Amino acid sequence: MQLRSKDLLGIKELSAEEINLILDTAETMKHVLSASSKKTAHLQGKSVVTLFYENSTRTRLSFEMASKFMGASSANISSSGSSINKGESLIDTVRTIDVMATDILIMRHSQSGAPHMIAPLIKASVVNAGDGMNEHPTQALLDLFTMRQHKGSLQGLEVAIVGDLLHSRVARSNLWALEKMGAKVRMAAPSTMLPKDLDKTPALVCPTVQDAVRGADVVMGLRVQLERQQKALYPSIREYARFFAIDDKTLQLAKPDAILMHPGPCNHGVEMPTSVYDGSQSVINEQVTNGVAVRMAILYLLSARRNG
Amino acid sequence: MKIKLSGGRVVDPVGLKELEQDILIEDGVIVEVLSGDPDQVIDATGLAVLPGLVDPHTHLRDPGFEYREDIVSGTRAAVRGGITAVAAMPNTKPVVDNPAIVRFIIDKAKREGACKVLPVGAVSKNQDGKELAEIGLMAEAGIVAISDDGKPVLTADLMKKAIQYAAQFNLTVISHCEEPSLAEGGHMNEGLVSLELGLRGIPTIAEEIMVARDILVAEYVGLPVHLAHLSTAGSIELVRQAKARGVKVTCETCPHYFTLTEEACRDFNTSAKMNPPLRTQKDVDAIIAGLKDGTIDMIGTDHAPHHADEKQIEFGLANNGIIGFESSFALGYTYLVLPGHLTLPELVAKMSTRPAELLHQKMGRLEPGYPADITLVELHKPFMFDKNASASKARNTPYHGWMLRGQVKMTLCDGKVVFPW
Repeated sequence: MQLRSKDLLGIKELSAEEINLILDTAETMKHVLSASSKKTAHLQGKSVVTLFYENSTRTRLSFEMASKFMGASSANISSSGSSINKGESLIDTVRTIDVMATDILIMRHSQSGAPHMIAPLIKASVVNAGDGMNEHPTQALLDLFTMRQHKGSLQGLEVAIVGDLLHSRVARSNLWALEKMGAKVRMAAPSTMLPKDLDKTPALVCPTVQDAVRGADVVMGLRVQLERQQKALYPSIREYARFFAIDDKTLQLAKPDAILMHPGPCNHGVEMPTSVYDGSQSVINEQVTNGVAVRMAILYLLSARRNG
Repeated sequence: MKIKLSGGRVVDPVGLKELEQDILIEDGVIVEVLSGDPDQVIDATGLAVLPGLVDPHTHLRDPGFEYREDIVSGTRAAVRGGITAVAAMPNTKPVVDNPAIVRFIIDKAKREGACKVLPVGAVSKNQDGKELAEIGLMAEAGIVAISDDGKPVLTADLMKKAIQYAAQFNLTVISHCEEPSLAEGGHMNEGLVSLELGLRGIPTIAEEIMVARDILVAEYVGLPVHLAHLSTAGSIELVRQAKARGVKVTCETCPHYFTLTEEACRDFNTSAKMNPPLRTQKDVDAIIAGLKDGTIDMIGTDHAPHHADEKQIEFGLANNGIIGFESSFALGYTYLVLPGHLTLPELVAKMSTRPAELLHQKMGRLEPGYPADITLVELHKPFMFDKNASASKARNTPYHGWMLRGQVKMTLCDGKVVFPW
């Protein structure tokens, strides 16, 4: 089996079988990561470019590490220091990258749908590393991978996702992914951060954070995206923390063996106190490691598809 | 020049009937009898004969944005769509807020245009929403209405003054209803599709709050107001209630609000991006009901040409709007007349007679004394709408490849054949 599309644009575009294929492949990649020699030849001779229009630590570095571990030639561009600052359009920028024999283009962009727009216009495979408020598919895949490692199966899993649901592409990608894999999603947020018609999706919208967390197998906090706040959606940080944080008491409402997740970067004391972030149930650092394995799997599978 | 147009089925949007009869034209005007033998006979056998369509809402982009459209290309696209007069919105560069620009548009249209151009003046200087523009001087120069279209008239106070002052010059305010604090930053209708695409939404109440405000202002001063491009079920209901209690409110919708829903935005399709945004099926149904029961007086295209690179970009950065001249009649015929929502004369009234009344123009009727602005349409053969055949400079339309009926075969403006060329 291989991926159906040349690109990885979003979870919405993937089937459950494709998600399983990526997660299974990532198991192998995780073994590579824990070996003393991390070099493989999966991407030998391939060229991988990351194009980031937004800041990133984890996503960008893990893609870069993933391509280097597998022997690809990799290069990076970001908006500062490139012709993007001279006003070059996205289309011209990616076509320029494409004609330099690029095999895989990894892009993060502040506009929803930016990777979908460029993918049909270029030969390279496009991997969406986050587009606006739409999707962050590789984050959802590494989240699923982490859940699967801890819980065995995703089927029937109760997952609570808490925080800024309005702006979160991580929440959206996780919702679509968990739905496809048979897990159940509960969501809670300040009511000003609930997208309209969320109740028409498979998500169960809960009135309080506590309602969402109660009895959950997985508790996921979302970052309060200060850079995406156009309007004041809550009165103050301390009020947010008082009513919407995942604190120790709230986490105790989840199943005793529940895991705590966060896509990072975390605003300590806002989404959760440091005691929870660093607590025994936290798998936040594992998520980061798994991110490298999952991205290795994605790059490998896209490259294998290109080889035919 | 004496012309006899014979063999066609003449659509009368006033008497709301259709009959086989000849139309006689002398010196550009429809007459009862010709003073002699016709110089030209136009055979309209098998075609419907309509008064030339009058479009109350268009953007010709001239002056200032000629790379998108100009008076020549815009009016050629109009006559190709059977439109013989277009009300041109003032959001040009510079804005139409003084008599000199009004005269420029009228003169250029007379010299180079394929049909009549009716300039709409700005409500406020530079459309800034602060001080009234020189409405009287612009009226003298030839504007047919005032509007800050593209932007809402921000304050109720300015709207009240504009309605009152314009009425003194026999002009109606055309209001673009949008509450900016709710609409700002939005790119499509707020709902399940915007959630699924991760695009910021524009709620229906952004339009409806302004509809309600403008109705109340018009009611308070007892003067008319015209509400442009209505898109939501709630707006239609507000207008229906206002009309029932005698408010002098008229309104228009556009073909895209009865033929498309927000679903068209999927795959980040920027040719479905417009303002107000495409809504839901419930809204489409309410628009059709409003057209049927007369709540919606007329149909305008909101013809909004954009350059390719203003549309072939990220959805959130793409400009709003679509071109509409060449598809509007066929969309109206295919989606309103064929399913039985409107009769053909009712559709023609909404696309010709009623807009002419709003703009105080002697147009929109095939009666002696009226200008010979006439459109001949083939109603039976389906045709494929091809954006690449457009006479517009722009190609931003969601209707490319649609099978439609109601293709315009010939257009006369003041008795002169302006299409086909």
